[in-house]
Amino acid sequence: MANMKLTDSEKAMLDGGEGPAVQKAMDLLVRYGEALGAERLVDTNNVCGAATAPSPWKLEIAKKRGVEQGLHAGFSEMNLDSDEVIEMPRVKVYTCQLIQQFGPDTASLHEGSREMLELQKQADSFFGARGMHIMATCTPYQVGNVPVKGEHCAWMESSAVIYCNSVLGARTNAEGTESTGAASLTGKIPYWGYHLPENRFGTHLVDVDVPVDDMMDWGLLGYYVGEIVQDEIPVLRGQMSQPELIKLKHFGAAASSSGGVEMYHIPGVTPEAPTVEVALGPRRGVQTLTYGKRERRIAYENLNSTAKDRKVDFIMLGCPHDTIEQIWQAARLLEGKRLHAGTELWIHTPRALRELADRCGYTKIVEEAGGHIVSDSCPAISRMMPRGTRVVATDSAKQAHYLPAITGVQAWFGSLQNCIDAALTGTWSGGLD
Amino acid sequence: MIVLHGRKVVGGAVQGEALVTTQTISGWGGIDPQTGTIIEMRHELRGQSFKGKILVFPGAKGSSGWSSFFHRARLAGAAPSGMIFKKMTTKVALGAVVTHAPAITDLDQDPLKVIETGDWIEMDADQGIVKVMKRQERSRG
Repeated sequence: MANMKLTDSEKAMLDGGEGPAVQKAMDLLVRYGEALGAERLVDTNNVCGAATAPSPWKLEIAKKRGVEQGLHAGFSEMNLDSDEVIEMPRVKVYTCQLIQQFGPDTASLHEGSREMLELQKQADSFFGARGMHIMATCTPYQVGNVPVKGEHCAWMESSAVIYCNSVLGARTNAEGTESTGAASLTGKIPYWGYHLPENRFGTHLVDVDVPVDDMMDWGLLGYYVGEIVQDEIPVLRGQMSQPELIKLKHFGAAASSSGGVEMYHIPGVTPEAPTVEVALGPRRGVQTLTYGKRERRIAYENLNSTAKDRKVDFIMLGCPHDTIEQIWQAARLLEGKRLHAGTELWIHTPRALRELADRCGYTKIVEEAGGHIVSDSCPAISRMMPRGTRVVATDSAKQAHYLPAITGVQAWFGSLQNCIDAALTGTWSGGLD
Repeated sequence: MIVLHGRKVVGGAVQGEALVTTQTISGWGGIDPQTGTIIEMRHELRGQSFKGKILVFPGAKGSSGWSSFFHRARLAGAAPSGMIFKKMTTKVALGAVVTHAPAITDLDQDPLKVIETGDWIEMDADQGIVKVMKRQERSRG
């Protein structure tokens, strides 16, 4: 018996009044809401999910029963938790596809199966025709989906969720493929967790006792704090300089990888924290931790714990997906130079920004140096890397955290300059001052 | 035998051997869904599989791919047969729902202190009851 209170229109959806796909979607939202202990659902008109990526399982059905049937089956199982195959209708609310798999345009760069690359392209058309906007990035806020403070969203992608809550002041939990699928067809999501104002106050104070200014230091700070606070809400104060989008993008991705941070406050910077007191709200006597030289070194050593070989094969930039500013920074360092023989460089960015990089001539600079600008995916999501990659260098704490576990490679973490140096010399020479 | 009382997350009853960790688990990037093996580099269970076990853990962390990886583990026949956890989050709630295995949280005693790997667990999620038979009692029995 349902404990959640449903409105009449929600009950009608559950009873099949809007068709079988919406019925399955509402059934999942009720099971999920009750698992959480939510009292009700909330309306959302901003969903960021993951439906398009091909899998061997979808490909097998596509081969037997056609591409459309394979994608309907895939959506039913992985986005509605339904083993019965239901035809996917058009989405009901604003829905964006997050990062997915690489498409056929990258076929020459890696050993990905041609069939899977083609199925991704076919899925773009299938889901596009149903109103899902194929942004194909982990950073939807870079390509037009910038929710407003207070807006209820249903987003997945941990680095986007933490950005949405903390930097934009919109409200989302870390949703999953199934809950975002259900939200896209209903415009509903459980009213729980970060949707409630009282759950958005800080739980820990972090005293930052070393200067945090450049990208690498924002990543190290995030990686350390995430591991300590896990999925709680840190409030940071101390020696950070005014951050820009790229630094908070990196900080959040790091904190949500080492722990599960979905929200943080930086008093004076983030929108729900004009002061430390406001950030903490009614909470008193919260735990305080210190981030100093020692903690910075711990984060650095943890991030580099898989790396042994200084001979680097692959440099991965753009996790989360690079901004146009980051591409320009890399292009300037590469201009007029050539990558070391046997070293590959991929820069990952949303396709819409790739277009901009092409237009500005940055793509040409990167390609003349021997590198590539790629879109839609990344090595950790796709498991695709240049043939024979053993040792990776990256400026992303998130990628350095996940890639060794997912693909078995060694990973070096450092600054953009360290990574470009490695690309040009084939040797890692980064380190902590 | 020790009896714990908690709240149903996903209904159903199951019994099996416990696999316990005091560390939170990542789904995407933390497990291999084909085998149910923990792959996170610095995790205390790295290399061990939860396939067919009752997974006792503090909660979920990391990527929002959590649910889809446990979902895939179910499709591959490598999911845990039950879940007992402490901290409710959207990742673990949705993950438990799509794993279709009995799951319980909000227990009246700390399951990570009471239950050890190898203990035999009988859980009835609809009633919110977890019965723990310690490994030592089992070997004596």
